Amino acid sequence: MNDLDIVKDFLVESYENLDRLDRDLVGLEKNPNDKDALAGVFRTIHTIKGTCGFLGFNKLEKVAHVGENLLTRLRDGQLTLNPEITTALLGMVDAVRQMLKEIESTGQDGDVDYPELRDTLTRLQTPSGKATAAPVPVAAAVTPSPAAPPAPVTREISSAPPATDRPPPEPAAALRLKTEPSQRKPSRGRIGGLLVERGVVQAADIVRALEEQERGDRRRLGEILVALGLAKAEDVLAAQQILETKPKDAAAESIRVGVNLLDKLMTLVGELVLARNQLLQIAGAIENPGLHAVSQRMDLIATELQEEVMKTRMQPIGNIWGQFPRTVRDVALGCHKEVAIEMEGKETELDKTIIEAIKDPLTHLVRNSVDHGIELPEVRVKAGKNATGRLILRAFHEGGEVNIEISDDGAGLNRERIRQKATERGLITAEQAGRMTDREIFNLIFLPGFSTAEKVTNVSGRGVGMDVVKTNVEKIGGVVDVQSSPGRGTTVRVKIPLTLAIIPALVVTCGGERYAIPQVSLLELVRLEAEQTRAAIEMVHGAPVYRLRGRLLPLIYLARELNLVAAADAGKPDDDATNIVVLQADGRQFGLVVDRINDTEEIVVKPLRKQLKTVKTFAGSSIMGDGKVALILDVLGLAQRANVVSETRDRALADKATEAVDTSADKQTFLIFAGLGDSRMAIPLSTLARLEEFPVEQIEMSGNQWVTQYRGQILPLVRLNVIMEERRNKLRRLLGAPIAGSGPLQVLVLNHEGRVHGLVVEKILDIVEDRADVKAAATRKFVLYSVLIGERVTELLDIPSILNSAATTNASAPSASAAAHAAQGAH
Amino acid sequence: MPAHQFCTFYLDKLLFGVELKGVQEVIRTLDVTQVPLAPPVVSGLINLRGQIVTAVDLRRRLELSLRSPDISPMNVVVRSDDGAVSFLVDEIGDVVEVDDSSFEPAPEMLRASIRSMSLGGHKLNDRLMHVLDTEKACEMKEAAEPAVAGV
Repeated sequence: MNDLDIVKDFLVESYENLDRLDRDLVGLEKNPNDKDALAGVFRTIHTIKGTCGFLGFNKLEKVAHVGENLLTRLRDGQLTLNPEITTALLGMVDAVRQMLKEIESTGQDGDVDYPELRDTLTRLQTPSGKATAAPVPVAAAVTPSPAAPPAPVTREISSAPPATDRPPPEPAAALRLKTEPSQRKPSRGRIGGLLVERGVVQAADIVRALEEQERGDRRRLGEILVALGLAKAEDVLAAQQILETKPKDAAAESIRVGVNLLDKLMTLVGELVLARNQLLQIAGAIENPGLHAVSQRMDLIATELQEEVMKTRMQPIGNIWGQFPRTVRDVALGCHKEVAIEMEGKETELDKTIIEAIKDPLTHLVRNSVDHGIELPEVRVKAGKNATGRLILRAFHEGGEVNIEISDDGAGLNRERIRQKATERGLITAEQAGRMTDREIFNLIFLPGFSTAEKVTNVSGRGVGMDVVKTNVEKIGGVVDVQSSPGRGTTVRVKIPLTLAIIPALVVTCGGERYAIPQVSLLELVRLEAEQTRAAIEMVHGAPVYRLRGRLLPLIYLARELNLVAAADAGKPDDDATNIVVLQADGRQFGLVVDRINDTEEIVVKPLRKQLKTVKTFAGSSIMGDGKVALILDVLGLAQRANVVSETRDRALADKATEAVDTSADKQTFLIFAGLGDSRMAIPLSTLARLEEFPVEQIEMSGNQWVTQYRGQILPLVRLNVIMEERRNKLRRLLGAPIAGSGPLQVLVLNHEGRVHGLVVEKILDIVEDRADVKAAATRKFVLYSVLIGERVTELLDIPSILNSAATTNASAPSASAAAHAAQGAH
Repeated sequence: MPAHQFCTFYLDKLLFGVELKGVQEVIRTLDVTQVPLAPPVVSGLINLRGQIVTAVDLRRRLELSLRSPDISPMNVVVRSDDGAVSFLVDEIGDVVEVDDSSFEPAPEMLRASIRSMSLGGHKLNDRLMHVLDTEKACEMKEAAEPAVAGV
């Protein structure tokens, strides 16, 4: 290992230690008597100081040194931690971090040696906090004597520690470095921490032994403990043995890998995925069983490899949350508030690039909650709350996305003030404001140029408003939402995708070129046959709209928006069918008219270079299976360009839609499919998430349940035929079992009680809009009632009872269907 | 005296050169995906062995007359600080080696659009080679704004 490597290791380790210091110091402030934590902080600074002395970073050593002196006093109980001291120590941590950065970029610890900071740190060593009033003589370690002259202050500053200097003698530091190079982390990997953990000794005993060491005792900690009669020799030996085996295991299980290498791997896997797509396409066109087998295996391997490599880039969100206690403390101190921060789901993992991208928005939201959300202590007490405000960070996975919530128990958003401000600033009209729901009003805070803070504090007014938070979150495909109840608090919820590097997308063709649309923005696809088009597409305020289940959907013609053809041509729907991709951006829906809808595909996102950064309609590019480049549409950018997400048009549409509802009186849209035998069955289209087809090979057994993999989740499948057959005639249930040997399964993907389920049906027949008001009672289980849809008797299924029943059947005993299918799967 | 190697190419009968060490490769026309709404100098995106590269039409960038459709352009792929960029040129010339003695600043009478992207010239035996400022040629702002102003 050469010097450079040592410095690098030192930097990496020190950064980690500093992050922990931030947390520990803030924690200590709340609980100043936590000797263990204090000892930990002390050791961290001591390690940094020792190492940089060894590496020759003198300025850094000087700063760490005065900090260490102060910490010594604290640890010895001569001083108690107060906010002033904490601030100074945090200042020192910042200075150290600054110098480490300097070392990282230049190899030197810089020209600044922070005289003021060191002054402050030195001054604070005296209990009264004022150097002139009560300076502590450096030599008198145990009891501070107020009689001494102020000379020591200057002595402390003049770098080289004289012999009288109190803090740990260098030999101890050097010894520790030599004997335990790999165990510099406090408590865990050390014998002291282990002994406390095993209940052999008390934390205070360790502190006592450590003090012994620092007074010049060169024996090892365990020996001192035994010598002092605090621990038995065999206990220490046992702990020693554990220590000797433990680090080895840890080292074998994990290694440090550069981010560059991971990025490179990611790129290569991305290319492998592309090559795989190409291979599959070619293999599909050639009749060769050998090639098919190989390409399928390759497909599996590539998919698995991709997943695993993605995992290496995953990081727990706790990595960025770690700094929030410090942020909260600083902000709270600055605006005289008391705030306690709580975290849930620290271990929730996210792609590294996303972690980096949400760091600033989250920091802003946290600052905002403390600054604007939580009230001053006296106000809180008056309102009957605890003087200390609570700020809760929560993260969890849900449906392939990560949810992050920032909640406070503050005053909540002031509906009236927001409305007033928004009207004042001309963001909405008074009339609009009157019609808005609470949620719509709360979300106005994300509009550019909005701030309701009574006064501009040093926290707000930094040019990063809530609008920037929203833009940044949306840039990575996420959404922000705010909920608030007056007097009880505010919750901001951020939903973001797990990764950005490879995304599922819908590929469409327009003007001869393919475009990819990120699946996250996709709601549904609508195909209008030529004869329907004329009637279905109307004009509102000169803009085309489509009536989708009673709601008006503004339409964008992609070809026209991208100037792909002369505008006149694109305007008229031609005699072919019209394909509408229903998309959602910024909480609003619109339809995108394209020439052709191709397929969904996993695509590798490649950013656009600076030459194309100005083109807001594209989010990136990707290489398709045939090797050609396709552009990825930026749904929000496109919507903004086409002006479909503007407030005024929204209103116009809302008005029009209200009229529409009156005329079409509660028409509902149903999905019609063939049920048992040749019976016609239906479900309301609104209960359907998607329609999918799964090849039989993709169906697997999990316990007693038929499942398949669906967008990174396991989708439990319920076979309509089987479940209904089973109830009607138990004898016939085997006959009703698998016939699935042939074509792909038609699956209705349903959302029920927060989970997705797949309902396997025989055949999908149609989508029909009808009032469905001629009803008759149901004649069998799992049917709500029979109804006339499209002038034919149709059974409307009771989805909840089917799914609940399926869940209980599968949980209790192997159902006939499962067993039969298992047999089927065997040949 | 240090010698420099240049990769030369022709644009509307003018000879240009870029330093050879900045050139990643020279290739025939590839399949170009057009980027709607992009500045006109961007002729599209190409897939260069898995790497997506922006193709910049140097004729447009230097405000020269447009290339006649029967000339199929060549791609000179150069490395820039923002990844690789491909310059579309008419024809590839030789690799020439010059030293500083033949260098001279860009002549005053040169068209402004060319001069702003020229680092100077080298006198070769029979003609002048303009040294292209590749970083500048990759920048889009300059090119886009006059186009807008001209409307």
